[in-house]
This record gives sequence, C-alpha cells and structure tokens, in this order.
Amino acid sequence: MPESTSAERNIPHWLIQTWQILVKDLVLGWRTRAKVVAMVVFAGTMLLLFSFAIGPNNTLLAKHAAGYVWLSALLSSTLLLSQSFQVEGESGALEGLLLLPVDPRAIFYGKALANWVVLSLLTGLVLVGGFFLFSVEIQAHPLRFVSILLLGSAGISAPGTLYSALTARAQAQQLMLPVLLFPLVIPCMLAAVKATGFLIQGDPMDQGGSWTMLLICFNLIYWALGGVLFGKVVDE
Amino acid sequence: MTPSATSPVVHAQKLSRRYGARWALAEVDLEVPAGERLLIVGANGSGKTTLLRTLSTAQSASLGSLHIFGMDVRTHAVQVRARLGLLSHLPQIYRDLSGVENLRIFNRLLGIQGPVEPYLERVGLEVRPDPVRTYSAGMTKRLSFARLLAQKPELALIDEPYGQLDPAGFAFVDTLLQDLTDEGVTVIVASHQVDRARHLCDRAILLHQGQVRWQGPAIDVGRAWDVLHA
Amino acid sequence: MKWHYALGALGVLFLGTGHAWGLFFAPPEFMMGDVGRILYAHVPTAWNAMLVYLFAFVAAIGTLWTSKSSWESWLVGFVEVGVVLNILLCFQGAMWAKPTWGVYWDWDPRLTTTAILIALFAGVLIQRNLFHAPDKRRIITGVTAVIAFVNVPIVYFATTWWNSLHQGLSSPDTVSNPMHWPLRVSAFGVLFLAVAFSAERAKQERARLEREDTAPTLPLAQKQLELGAE
Repeated sequence: MPESTSAERNIPHWLIQTWQILVKDLVLGWRTRAKVVAMVVFAGTMLLLFSFAIGPNNTLLAKHAAGYVWLSALLSSTLLLSQSFQVEGESGALEGLLLLPVDPRAIFYGKALANWVVLSLLTGLVLVGGFFLFSVEIQAHPLRFVSILLLGSAGISAPGTLYSALTARAQAQQLMLPVLLFPLVIPCMLAAVKATGFLIQGDPMDQGGSWTMLLICFNLIYWALGGVLFGKVVDE
Repeated sequence: MTPSATSPVVHAQKLSRRYGARWALAEVDLEVPAGERLLIVGANGSGKTTLLRTLSTAQSASLGSLHIFGMDVRTHAVQVRARLGLLSHLPQIYRDLSGVENLRIFNRLLGIQGPVEPYLERVGLEVRPDPVRTYSAGMTKRLSFARLLAQKPELALIDEPYGQLDPAGFAFVDTLLQDLTDEGVTVIVASHQVDRARHLCDRAILLHQGQVRWQGPAIDVGRAWDVLHA
Repeated sequence: MKWHYALGALGVLFLGTGHAWGLFFAPPEFMMGDVGRILYAHVPTAWNAMLVYLFAFVAAIGTLWTSKSSWESWLVGFVEVGVVLNILLCFQGAMWAKPTWGVYWDWDPRLTTTAILIALFAGVLIQRNLFHAPDKRRIITGVTAVIAFVNVPIVYFATTWWNSLHQGLSSPDTVSNPMHWPLRVSAFGVLFLAVAFSAERAKQERARLEREDTAPTLPLAQKQLELGAE
C-alpha cells in the first residue's frame, strides 16, 4: 500500500509555476494558431481602413503611420485578450489550477507573459506591414523599434490580462473588455505612438527618451499591480 | 504525516452556504475518518455539489467551520488543496491539448515527476495526440479521472462519477473507487446512482434542502430515500 | 445620523457666498475680463473632482482590505459623485474654451485628462452593475477603482507632454489677491456638497447592500429520519 505521497510533495516555487503556465499558454496558442492568424488579418484590415479614412496620400499616411500601427495592434489585441480567460473558464480549468494549488500570481504572470509574446509578434507584423503600406522610410536602428514594440505590447498585456480575468464572467465580456481597457492604456498608447513617431521622423530634440521612460513606468506600475490584485479577482 | 485514526480527515461543524436568499447548505455537521468511503445522496438541488465544492475549498462557507487534515481551511487553504483532489462536473482540462499534455501540465505544476501515460492506461484511454476537443463526453470524464489519480490525493471528492459513462464505464468507476480505498485514500462521492454506489461505500448521508436528514450505513440509504420521499 | 444634511446646507451657503462674491463684488479677471469669473465654479470643481477620486481610492483600498459593505458603499458614493463633478468639469472647460480659444474643445492636457477620467471611472460603475454576486461585485468594484485611480497621474503626465496650452495650475497663490477669498469659499462649498452627496449615496447603497445581504434565517432543523426495522 503506497504511503500517501502528497504530504511530502514539494509544490514548485511560484516563479517556476509562472514559467510552466507561460509554456502552457504558448502551446495552447500554437494549437489554436488559426485565431492568431485571424488577429493578424484583422489588424491588417484595420491598416487598410485607416488609409481609406485619410485618402491616398502617402505623405500624410507616412506622417501618422505610428498612430495607425498602434491603434491596429490595440484593437486586435482585444481578440487575443478576451480569449485568454475563455480557455480557462470553458472547462473549469482555472478552478482546477487554483485547487492544485497554483499560486494566483503564477497564473497572472504566466498568462500575461504569454499574451505579451503573442502581442509583440502581432505588433511586429503590423509595424512592418504599416511601414510597407504607408511608405515609411526607417531612419533609426531597428533594435530601437524592437524595444518600443516590446514595451508597448507589455503595456497592453499586463492590464489587459487582468481585465480579461475581471470581465471573463460578465455577461458582456466582448463589450466590457475594451470599455475598461482602452481608457486605461491611453497613456501607454500615447507614449508608444510618440516614441515610434520620433524613430520614424527623426528626433533632433531627443524627446523619444522621455516617452520611453513613461512606457517603462507604466509597465512597472501595472505589472506590479496586476500581480497584487489578481489573487483578489479569482478568489471565490 | 498520515492523519491518525483519532483525527478525522474532514471535520465540519454547522457548515452553511447561502446563495442570495437561499440556503444551499444548512448547518451540516460532518466527520469523515481516514480511509472511509462516504456517499452523499440527495435529489437535484439538495446541496450535494455545494457540499463537495465547499469541502474542496473551491468555494467558502457562509457560516460554520471546516477543518481538513486537522487544518482550518480559512487559514491553510494552500496546504489543504495540495492534499485533496476534486472531480467536479466540469472536467477542468484544456480542450485544445491532448490528454497526455493535460496530465503533464498538472503534474509539473504540482512538482510530480514521472510518466503520465500509465494513468491514461489505467482509465482505459489510448495515448493519442488528438486534442481533448475530439473526445466523447465519456472519454473526457475518464480523462478527468486520470487527472485526479495523477494528483495522488489523500482525500478525493468526486461529484457524480457515473455521469456520461457507458455501462463499461460504470464498472470502471467501481474498480477505481475500490482501488482508491485500497491505496488508503479517503473518498467522498456524490451520486444519483444510489443502487450502484451504496455497495461501494461504507457510510452514506442523505441531503434534503441543504440539511442532513439521515446518516447511516451506505447499504440502507435506499430505504432512507424511500422514507424521505414517501 | 443626519450630519450630511447639515454639511450639504453649509455647502450651499458657502457656494452661494463664494459665487455671489466672485460674480458681483470681485474685480474682473485681468486677462479674460468677465469670462474669467467661471473660475469660481471651474477651479473648485477641478480640485474637488480629484479630491473625491482620492477619497474613492482610499475607500477602494478599505473595501479590498476589510471586505466590509460600509467601505464599499462609500466607494460607490465617491465614484458616482466624482464622475458627476468630472462631467461638470468637462462642460465648464468647454464653456470657458469657446470665448477664450474660439473652440469648445481643445486637446489641452487637462481637458483631455478629464475626458479620459470620465471613461475610466464610468467604467467602474458600469462593470459593477454587470455583477450580481455580492462578493464578486465588491472585489470587482474595488479592483477597477484602484486601477483607475493609479492611472490618473500617468494620464495627466502623458497628456501634458503630448500637448500644452492651458494656463499653469491654479492655486489660491497663483490667483491674484482679491479673487482668492471667493475662490476658497467656493471650493469649500463644493467640497461640503460633494461629501454630503457622497454620504447620502453611501447611505442608500449601504441600505441596499444590507437588504440584499440580510441572511434569511436558517431553515429549522428537520428531524432525522427513522428507518424502522424491516
């Protein structure tokens, strides 16, 4: 008769659990990659729609390219974020995780990191597509684009993951997620658009740096706050 | 540390749970010694699921106290959760992953080493790469049993084990409950299959409108049911 | 306790005095002439909107910390009054902008910030109304309020860097001497009124929560079934 093993079981540290949740979400994302493709197509369509709103004017389009790119990314991000807790709720998986027990912080950071990875890829594609469509000539070093892209995506992903969990049980999730998330990420979007714009158009006064700082602060605040508040949100 | 014979695995006093203006569970006193198989019987809405979910710490009680493995669940939820397993009416799995992948994820999160394939074989599932979404309801049910077994709980809380299963599945659940007991696991089962389950359990309680109206040897629960609904 | 009625009356008195003083006795504003007199309404609204949001933030922390419905009802009162002040602020800003800048709306950082804050805090109230389970609703309200408030300074910094046209922040020191007393009196008037309205709404909300939360008496214990010998 085997002695019960769970008493001496060593539940991994929550950082290790975070990594495991991250991997799980990425695998899940890969299995359901048709949804990611749909997001990319949606974002691409948004880019086209913006150019129809402005008219076939390459100078104007190139001037505002940064804004169109980030708006497309933000709008399509809600498709990803609203899915994020649907897969957890569909078969009671989230409750299963909490009862294992998995630390709520691990669930939040794991899922937020996974959303960050997918969002960064999406934003990257949209950025390249937007620059191509709007004939943007890139002056700055590509790595500087990558860092702004990563910071901007992270700024959507942390509050977005928290609000995805918050709205997952509301009757009107598809509606409430953007209603709550969009006003919240305005500073982040502003900073990302400005910083990207300065990279495109050149930055003689060196203003891009302060926008990058704002992005970093926004991220620090909401990544920290999410970890603190998520436990409350999923508590029954 | 295995719970000694003197300290019950579950010790609930006046456990009550309210949903809005309705008491789903009203002052339930319950003591379950280690190794016992307890059957919970009751009509729909009598509070079976609420009782199991409260015992599992998935939801908290509105009133009353609950100690599991001698620990107060309000202060030691994490330690309690590490030692119990709940099989709820939802399979608690990811439908876009395969059976093996699901089990692997849960074991890794729990820090359990070793292959998971034996658990699939034990519940009669093939090791296949297809996502769970393609499984039938009965296969999904078997997978959630595998998930419970792989967790190696000391206390297993099982909500309607026979649901969605075919006759072969019924026999499989019978064996499985017997195996769990043989391994020293304390088992609490809620089921509508009274005639089947009463032969497998030691003791039964009969719930009616959130209250325990009868408790006694499991084999007599059918008679108690008849008296209640006469 | 009806203290808030007295406070509200005091608020009306202060507001009336401050406004009468500002409109009829204080000299016209140096740059803007009589249009500048909107400052006696606008600046107190702005200060107090932010102050009431700060109160809401404190109440939200209290709500999450203690899970008490008294904190929760204050939170609701403050957020509601904050949103109302915020909407007033937006309209006053537009009224002032038309004669001053020639347009109703300008993307000046403070005007933009107020618009964003309306969306943020209205979201808190909308989200609250979508949840019916009391515990869930309390947590959701608290969490969204905390997140919204933390965003206030960030939004303000961002919009300031983005575009700057507005005059420097008004405080009694930046306003010339004959104006600063009516301004102060008006500010306290708005503050008293805002707190009085919040208190009234908190009272109503508390009554509603208590009505909802009054536990029905537990059902009487039914007698245990007797099986009788067979």
